[in-house]
Amino acid sequence: MQINSEEKKAVDIREIRERFPIFAQRENRDLIYLDSAATTQKPDSVIKAVSRYYREYNANTHRGTYRIAEKATVEYERARKTIARFIGAVSERQVVFVRGTTEAINTVAVGWGDRVLKADDEIIFSELEHHSNIVPWQMLAQRTGARIRLWEMDKEGRLHLDALRNLLSTRTRLLAIAHVSNALGTVNPIAEIVQLAHDNGTRVLVDGAQSVPHQQVDVTALGVDFFAFSGHKMLGPTGIGVLYAREELLDEMNPVQFGGDMIESVQVLTSTWNDLPWKFEGGTPNIAGAIGLGAAVEFLQEIGIDAIHRHETGLIRRAVEQLQALPGVRVFGPPGDRGPAVSFEITGIHPHDISTLLDQRGIAIRSGHHCAQLAMKKLEVPATARASFYLYNDESEIDRFVKAVSETRDYFAKWL
Amino acid sequence: MALDDLYQEILLDHYKNPRNQGKMSDPDKRLQAKNPFCGDEVTLNLKFDGDRVREISFEGQGCVISQASVSLLTHYVKGKTVDQILELIERFQALVKGEIDQLDPQVEELMALQGVSEFPTRIKCATLAWNTLKKALHEYDSEQSDDEGR
Repeated sequence: MQINSEEKKAVDIREIRERFPIFAQRENRDLIYLDSAATTQKPDSVIKAVSRYYREYNANTHRGTYRIAEKATVEYERARKTIARFIGAVSERQVVFVRGTTEAINTVAVGWGDRVLKADDEIIFSELEHHSNIVPWQMLAQRTGARIRLWEMDKEGRLHLDALRNLLSTRTRLLAIAHVSNALGTVNPIAEIVQLAHDNGTRVLVDGAQSVPHQQVDVTALGVDFFAFSGHKMLGPTGIGVLYAREELLDEMNPVQFGGDMIESVQVLTSTWNDLPWKFEGGTPNIAGAIGLGAAVEFLQEIGIDAIHRHETGLIRRAVEQLQALPGVRVFGPPGDRGPAVSFEITGIHPHDISTLLDQRGIAIRSGHHCAQLAMKKLEVPATARASFYLYNDESEIDRFVKAVSETRDYFAKWL
Repeated sequence: MALDDLYQEILLDHYKNPRNQGKMSDPDKRLQAKNPFCGDEVTLNLKFDGDRVREISFEGQGCVISQASVSLLTHYVKGKTVDQILELIERFQALVKGEIDQLDPQVEELMALQGVSEFPTRIKCATLAWNTLKKALHEYDSEQSDDEGR
């Protein structure tokens, strides 16, 4: 039997960390960065790719007839191809560069939703969603008279397919769903969800912001209609992200930004649109960002996304097990598999106070509602503390983090 | 910055035993505010006697800093005139932003929140209730003049 070389790869954390300049900074020597679900650190190769564009061939894309303009265009489009292959898109025409997940979802809400939805049509989103996969649909519903239906989660943050079956109706036009929950780490069975939705004639938009950075994603195999993700959560620069969609949907959609680069021809009263994907990329794009994201994907491919996933699965299991073993600590989220993020609380202590104490020990975690207020409400907490991991974290960091949580509980215990 | 400078005993006492917490029947002014950063909510209820705050209570939950801050707020503004309170709000905001390092001796327990100035991410926790009170006083004032104008 042939063993896939990818399967054999193990992650050498020390070697990986050396490629992230931020960890080499003197003042960051003791930094334990556990907030990668918010944004990730950047490897040297990404920083250099961005800098090389500005230093060596800075020019606008798709216009100039001179050497560096041609180079900028080639590199920008090469990044698109790299990303398209990485997510399993059939064609790079399906990969639209946007600012991030939020802009991708808003583009679908306006460009597709306003065109397709009618009064009394229905949009389903889940209780787990990030606000960026809730609010654009609320606004769309207000504009069109469509109705919102909520796919509720259980107390452990799991969504059940039976509940979805009951929600789907002949009026359901769209289902908006996170691949992996940013707040609780829940991993949703997208292929099955898509199957159910498609059997009902419902389109599916998947928020992949927390999946693409951490696991193999094949948008074609999953069968999704729309897929959104952000570059900065996968080692890339901020301000760049991707909207993937099936080509016939992109064809039928309206552009939402009108201006340069997205037109084919302009007359006095009307204009026609450029080909895919440029039809959606009005104005000078984030060229450096796209090139940086291409470099980030190449970095992930070099380490191996499956190896990264295995490494993170080990980290999250270790963290959840150790936190659950601490008296006075409550871990939120589903039992079993989850993405590399764990939300928790210490009884009687507000998450802000936890994160301030951890920060004193150089440990960066997030406290708050994680832009998931519907999920927080279901859990009956105003906020949680959340630690999230990536390929540059290791077991010793998890152990120090859990020890600090334990010390935080003890620090307040004498008062409370 | 030592942690104990932030989490002073007096704050933990107010956190554990908040003063003037609870609903108020028939308040003259009620205002809710949220800290969008963390989702914490605070609601202030006020009853006036002329230009004085006769009664004040708060509802809501939050971190040690926000709860101690609102508890101390209610403790110190009760019985004061609106002008006195507005001045105190200014002074308090300046204190937690590190712009001044002293307050009147009459409100000395508020000095316990001075340590917040060294924790920039926590300033919003300390000021939420105070910003809300300022807004509530201004709103109440303009509601009163609207009524007089009618």
